[in-house]
Amino acid sequence: MVAEVQDWPGRWSHLQAILERSGPFAHPEFEASSEVLSFLEDTCRVLVIGAGGLGCELLKDLAYMGFRQISVIDMDTIDLSNLNRQFLFRKKDIGQPKATVAAAFINNRIVGCKVTPYPVFIAEFHIVVCGLDSIVARRWINGMLISLLTYDSEGVLDQSSLIPMVDGGTEGFKGNTRVCLPGVTACIECTLELYPPQINFPMCTIAHTPRLPEHCIEYVRVLLWPQEHPFGASVGIDGDDPDHIKWIYEHAVDRANQYGITGVDYRLTQGVVKRIIPAVASTNAVIAAACATEVFKLASSCCQTLNNYMNFNDADGVYTYTFEAERNENCAACSQVPQVLRFSEDTLLQDVVQHLKESAAFQLRSPGLVAMVNNKNKTLYMSTVKSIEEATKPNLKKTLQELGLRDGQEIIVADPTTPKSIVFRLQLATNMDGN
Amino acid sequence: MIKLFSLKQQKKDGTDGGSKGMGQKKSSAAQLRITKDINELSLPKTCTVEFPDSDDLLNFKLVISPDEGFYRGGRFVFSFKVGQGYPHEPPKVKCETMVYHPNIDLEGNICLNILREDWKPVLTINSVVYGLQYLFLEPNPEDPLNKEAAEVLQNNRRLFEQNVSKAMRGGYVGSVYFERCLK
Ligand SMILES: [Zn+2]
Repeated sequence: MVAEVQDWPGRWSHLQAILERSGPFAHPEFEASSEVLSFLEDTCRVLVIGAGGLGCELLKDLAYMGFRQISVIDMDTIDLSNLNRQFLFRKKDIGQPKATVAAAFINNRIVGCKVTPYPVFIAEFHIVVCGLDSIVARRWINGMLISLLTYDSEGVLDQSSLIPMVDGGTEGFKGNTRVCLPGVTACIECTLELYPPQINFPMCTIAHTPRLPEHCIEYVRVLLWPQEHPFGASVGIDGDDPDHIKWIYEHAVDRANQYGITGVDYRLTQGVVKRIIPAVASTNAVIAAACATEVFKLASSCCQTLNNYMNFNDADGVYTYTFEAERNENCAACSQVPQVLRFSEDTLLQDVVQHLKESAAFQLRSPGLVAMVNNKNKTLYMSTVKSIEEATKPNLKKTLQELGLRDGQEIIVADPTTPKSIVFRLQLATNMDGN
Repeated sequence: MIKLFSLKQQKKDGTDGGSKGMGQKKSSAAQLRITKDINELSLPKTCTVEFPDSDDLLNFKLVISPDEGFYRGGRFVFSFKVGQGYPHEPPKVKCETMVYHPNIDLEGNICLNILREDWKPVLTINSVVYGLQYLFLEPNPEDPLNKEAAEVLQNNRRLFEQNVSKAMRGGYVGSVYFERCLK
């Protein structure tokens, strides 16, 4: 399969200069050889999450760095306003899925590169790189990568189960790149505090003492819309509906005039409603380049990777700063080796609760148990809240099987004796082979 | 630092790569955190929570029945909606009982700093409950949402007290009709 790709002489000489000889900055275990390039080309699978401003840059950068086994995922479709910086898209592509169009563009342009949209199994990738604007999505990927980690009986991490995550983010002229080794270095959840909080203006300022054009727009969005329901009682604001934005804009202008505030325009209105932070193409290019470089270093071991968080700001000159984000020992996502609970299918839930309270290893006081059953959250038992206790008490007399719990199931347990929820993995023996 | 890959390392294909595909649902970080918050709710004696669906810990109601202050004897219901952004983003809280209060408007919007500009991920549902309870003990005319109520509180505490009990018994304050909300 590899043979059909023509590599003309000198095509990868810039990479060979790094990969086929050692150097003072090389990783101590780096072995220079021509096999490294083949690994990047033929074996190393990279998942790019997001095909927007950062994603377009990332795909281009990775493809030019020799990576060929790339997958890209993005749920968005292409919008006119993307075209100034998301350079893999053209006017004719508007309305098409970003991932498909981006993959086709790269494959067409860079001979031998095989970008596929829609990856199936996250476990099959060597490296994940994120160019997302959503914290929720980042946290989701982070949790997924952590759940893939496996440990031996001593609790030692199996390194082959580790998928490094390189994460880029931009906001106007500011950006950051970080490298997370799930289970080893700080994860997204460890450093949740580092993300700038969503800007929320005080409710009373919006209601009575507006000073900024944004206050006027927020007034219409938060207070006036739910009162007037301009497009019907059950119609919420759709930031992509021009009629909605126009209504908000016009009423925000009225309010601004009342208070002598200037600066409300249609674009600002849309920006505030959709919580858009202006995207700057050059910031995306810098951050994506830094991310792609980290992916290259991780994949080839040719150099130590970023340790582990780099901030970048070019609003005034250029400023960058790198520091080591520390793991939070109480991180809800990564601070524990998932503990195995062994029971049989016909164990009653009350015996599980009893075990958690009495076993010397746990000694929990009032555990609350929640699981995901048939893709829905299910509260198995919780004693601390009266209405939940009443609703879940009958579960205590049910068997794990009757509750829909399966072998391998994750159970979340919260208890006042632990600083965060504990995740258990249920190992269920069937009735027949129960031993 | 660890060296991650040996050059020959092949990753398993999806077919036998196990059940942990992209499609499998996993408890979200928000769910992990809210489970902890709810299990450890430690409510003041004036408060109760009600879960319409005990499997859905993200949507519930809080009932505050103050036993002192202007609002003593009243019963006020708040709805909580916790999103997937939690605890990066605050829960969305609305007051479902119409109340004559300087910091709560007639639509149920609430002016409480930790619900908006001062929210931090270390805060919990319990912090919000205490914050709301405090609003009933110490209504704050400095940050008004219901401007008229705030002015009355500032200028004539006696009249404010009368207006509050009138509203709680059910009746008009000025041109606004309040439903009865006494316990
Ligand atoms: Zn963590």
